[in-house]
Amino acid sequence: MSTMYEVLPGPEHFLPPAAASMGIRLPDPGQAHIHGKIVNEDEAMEAAARQFLSAKVPTIFPGPLVLWAWNEKAAKKATAIRHLYETIKESVTPSQQAMLIPMPDYRPKYPKINPEIEINPNHPNLTIWHNKIDACMFVGVHCHQANLSLKIIRGGTYCYTIAMCAQAGHEDAMVSFRDATADKIMRLADWVKKLKGSVEPPKD
Amino acid sequence: MATQSVVGTKNRAGQVVTDAWKMMHEAERTPCFFTGSEVIKEAIRRANCDVMIAYPITPQSEAAALIGELFAEGFIGDYFRGESEFAVMSQCAGAAFGGARVFTTTAGPGTMRAMENFPMWAGARLPIQMIVTCRGINSPLSIQPDTLEISYLLNTGMLVWHAETAQDFYDWILKGYMVSEEPDVHLPLALCCDGFFVTHTKDVVNLTPADMCLPPYDPYRSPVPCMDMECPPVRMMRDPFVMKSNYISYATHASWQQEVWAAVERSRKHAIRWLDGLIEVDKPDADILIVSSGTAVSQGREAQALLEEDGIEVGIVKIKVLRPWPGDEIREATKHAKHIIVPEFNVTGWLAKEIRATIPNADRVYAGPHVCGGMTMPPEVIAADIKKHLGIKSESLAGRGS
Repeated sequence: MSTMYEVLPGPEHFLPPAAASMGIRLPDPGQAHIHGKIVNEDEAMEAAARQFLSAKVPTIFPGPLVLWAWNEKAAKKATAIRHLYETIKESVTPSQQAMLIPMPDYRPKYPKINPEIEINPNHPNLTIWHNKIDACMFVGVHCHQANLSLKIIRGGTYCYTIAMCAQAGHEDAMVSFRDATADKIMRLADWVKKLKGSVEPPKD
Repeated sequence: MATQSVVGTKNRAGQVVTDAWKMMHEAERTPCFFTGSEVIKEAIRRANCDVMIAYPITPQSEAAALIGELFAEGFIGDYFRGESEFAVMSQCAGAAFGGARVFTTTAGPGTMRAMENFPMWAGARLPIQMIVTCRGINSPLSIQPDTLEISYLLNTGMLVWHAETAQDFYDWILKGYMVSEEPDVHLPLALCCDGFFVTHTKDVVNLTPADMCLPPYDPYRSPVPCMDMECPPVRMMRDPFVMKSNYISYATHASWQQEVWAAVERSRKHAIRWLDGLIEVDKPDADILIVSSGTAVSQGREAQALLEEDGIEVGIVKIKVLRPWPGDEIREATKHAKHIIVPEFNVTGWLAKEIRATIPNADRVYAGPHVCGGMTMPPEVIAADIKKHLGIKSESLAGRGS
């Protein structure tokens, strides 16, 4: 199915479509996608790093798969994510505010979550709006819940979304990696460091 | 936890866990003369299944009973009979929530009785495999072949494949697990066949070695947490978003439904790889195409041969996968056809309606011939309908020598 559809920052629609239903296909191993177009992984690394460096509030949302040390890989990824966060924080200007906000679980919480400290897949827009997050990366979130979030974010916010997926990737993110490992997350941190100072910071 | 890491080890029955692609495409095959029900048993013998749950209903009862023998022989982790089809499908969900590879079979009224479970399976992203040996569903009772029940499955969010032959059945049961358990898919599969025509007739089927089996299911690749009692989809009723009445709840539920159908779409590339395409085309340049699924395709082939004797060239399009719907493939395959004939074993002609909704110039589609309630579809009837459609006179087939 050929498509003209592009996965772009919103707000897109009252109920935006799933990108897969619009003909966007997931990358194969070794590939990534930007706005739904398949690219090589390094191109996506650069694009993601540029988004972090040009955003007012670049944010990482780690999910339960990396928040608990349930196996050795998870612990390594968590360390790599902390390193990426510290790298972003060190690489942006004082007017930018890097954040690390966990998605600890997927329970629907009522009347609402506390958007200062967490994000929830059922209403991720609340955290995005509250913190004025304009670029974010999901990592360690189960694929189904990540896709719910990514689509809701695209529907109602202007946030630029990046997915660092341990499985097959996410069409509903604007940039998506697949088969995420601790090394891949460290490579992204290297890209941020490499591009530090070369990306124009956001204007007030 | 990667499935590849267990390749070469032995399972509970002493079979060697084998790379699925190698097992299906490179391993030596042995021809065997089996009924479709026996073929189901032989596929499940090699599927490394954890749980099979059974309930008797014709024409799947024999297959369900034969799989009980597999349990006795140690090839399946658990096997039991549910209280009804509804109970069976609910119990399948429980087993799949717990991280098991699950198999079941049903048919006709059993499919209908259990229907509530199928969108639940899909919504919960449970890669259960269910064989549907299609039969009549309406009153008065009929146990005979009829494919109407497939139409009810098409909008459940399940993958729906329609096997033509026992060989399809054997291969697709095993390949089906490989597609439906992909983390980007992770949906239940309804693998349908025409009851009796496939289940109770014997055919030569090429089997993979019995000492090889699929890699086990790896629940840690699931796109939803396995057996998390605090979160949807397991926690379905205790104050999750579905029970609230506000915009956020509705939007979340809508996004959830979209994600299920996105997963159906994602299965496309995997099914194309494993099944060598969602459709199969013979003589695509013919002006007349028979487009169908299941054993109606076999009858179409016979009609094709009959018409060839009369100098009429007919092509065949076999639709293997109904969900995801192979719209692009059907548009491409039928682009030159002037007449598209859709024979079906059901009264409503649901497949012809799907095809009409897919292609340009839909008045090219002739919905028929239809038979139902267990009637056979002689190839002579298909050939006669094609001739009639073309304005060629042919003898009546309904009379007694008139």
